[in-house]
Amino acid sequence: MLSANLSAAFYLISGVLFILALRGLSSPETSRQGNFFGILGMIIAVTVTFLSIGNFSTGLVVVLIFLLMGGLIGAFIAYKIPMTAMPELVAGFHSLVGLAAVFVAIAAFLNPEAFNLGSPGNIKLGSLIEMSIGAAVGAITFSGSIIAFLKLQGIMSGSPITFKGQHPLNALILISIIIVTYLLCSTQSSNLFWILLTISFLIGFLLIIPIGGADMPVVISMLNSYSGWAAAGIGFTLENTALIITGALVGSSGAILSYIMCKGMNRSFFNVILGGFGATEQSALAQNKEQRPVKSGNADDAAFLMKNASSVIIVPGYGMAVAQAQHALREMVDTLKKNDIKVSYAIHPVAGRMPGHMNVLLAEANVPYDEVFELEEINNDFANADVAFVIGANDVTNPVAKTDPQSPIYGMPVLDVEKCKSVLFVKRSLSPGYAGIDNDLFYKENTLMLFADAKKMTEDITKNL
Amino acid sequence: MEIDPFIFRLSIFILSIFIGYYVVWSVTPSLHTPLMSVTNAISSVIIVGAIIAGLAGNSDTIFNTSSIFGFLAISLAAINIFGGFLVTQRMLAMYKKKKKDK
Repeated sequence: MLSANLSAAFYLISGVLFILALRGLSSPETSRQGNFFGILGMIIAVTVTFLSIGNFSTGLVVVLIFLLMGGLIGAFIAYKIPMTAMPELVAGFHSLVGLAAVFVAIAAFLNPEAFNLGSPGNIKLGSLIEMSIGAAVGAITFSGSIIAFLKLQGIMSGSPITFKGQHPLNALILISIIIVTYLLCSTQSSNLFWILLTISFLIGFLLIIPIGGADMPVVISMLNSYSGWAAAGIGFTLENTALIITGALVGSSGAILSYIMCKGMNRSFFNVILGGFGATEQSALAQNKEQRPVKSGNADDAAFLMKNASSVIIVPGYGMAVAQAQHALREMVDTLKKNDIKVSYAIHPVAGRMPGHMNVLLAEANVPYDEVFELEEINNDFANADVAFVIGANDVTNPVAKTDPQSPIYGMPVLDVEKCKSVLFVKRSLSPGYAGIDNDLFYKENTLMLFADAKKMTEDITKNL
Repeated sequence: MEIDPFIFRLSIFILSIFIGYYVVWSVTPSLHTPLMSVTNAISSVIIVGAIIAGLAGNSDTIFNTSSIFGFLAISLAAINIFGGFLVTQRMLAMYKKKKKDK
């Protein structure tokens, strides 16, 4: 049996290893080592927990069986999941962290002696507060992530679900969470504990349903942050350093990612937290659209344009992920490179359904990461490029964000695609993107629309090159 | 007067938020998806609480309510730990640098 002080020291070590795991992600070269540090930290934390309890009776077998069961399921999912489904996977994982936090809080509430927190009905006040916060945030994370998962999977409609009095209702529930927590701490009543969990589940659900599909990058980051705070809350209850450090790391990580995503869409953080998405989109949809002439072409025209270019910039978006066109795209680029054409990729911060989604898909298709650039790095290069090849992206290229203060996306950073000598748009139709606004680029003199499935069009272009 | 140990834990927490802030800002944007999956995996260190709950009972009370919630939490956290680290590994293995020009 490990002494309490020694185990605390080991928990600190695993906390430090988790910091190094995140630190490793500052560059792809060090990232694999970072992941190894993370695994090591986890092994230390779990081993130390077993050793410090030292109760190797029948309970141990049951614990190991459940551990193994979860581990096998997790490993199976990790190997089977296609890269295009990463947003769903991460949302699903968040829900599990949330639920695990809730279950640990319930276990601690029912059997506080096991955690040295007092006795049932007489739990130390501080622990009870920490436990309630952990449980409430965990429950919100769980139900919120489930909704995010359903929306990403397409089981639930991606369009915002709004109703009258939504905000007052949410505010009322949030206030009641605080009141119930207060009453719970003063009375120690287990009924109040269950009520707290129920209304927390409810608010998590209500907070995410009004948020639309394309805003999922913010939602996923936000839930990532919540899962961290839930873990930290439980960490305080258990007086466990590893858990407190991790909770703080994950909490701030998610918060930073949400901030980056909000900035990428020029939305305020509060707009996100209040679930007010979709309000501005409605008015834009109402705008009547006039018929304007567009130039549309086929794979042959596109191939001709690119063959005569000396530099091409690819702008991938969510449509590329939906069409699974990343491999076909890389083959096209390989052919271009054989003809001594310089190719680079431009990624908008909110391209795809989660932060960094496009980068993973391109990496999967064997695109070297040093050919892939962020918006700030590449935006000046459009003026010198011959062809911009926009595949499955739309709103993130719309110049109206720079020119029209009335537009719902005004102020959003966009890729300066229109500065290229010519622009190729692979799209299924002229329909507007998520923001519901027309893209002026479609009607420009130097734009050629390629109406087709992204994967098929890319393959056809390669044949014609 | 002695300082409540809670204050020490709070100090660790606050300082860790700052560490997280600086460390995460230095994460390259192209690795934001692996960042999310690895944070998922490490936040599942909550499994330590689940193990404590699961091992709390003696042989007659292995399956009391508290322990059962502990067992379930162990499975949930284990899915995340294995799934999170392995899928991160899988993603990171795909990030390759440009081959030197032949």
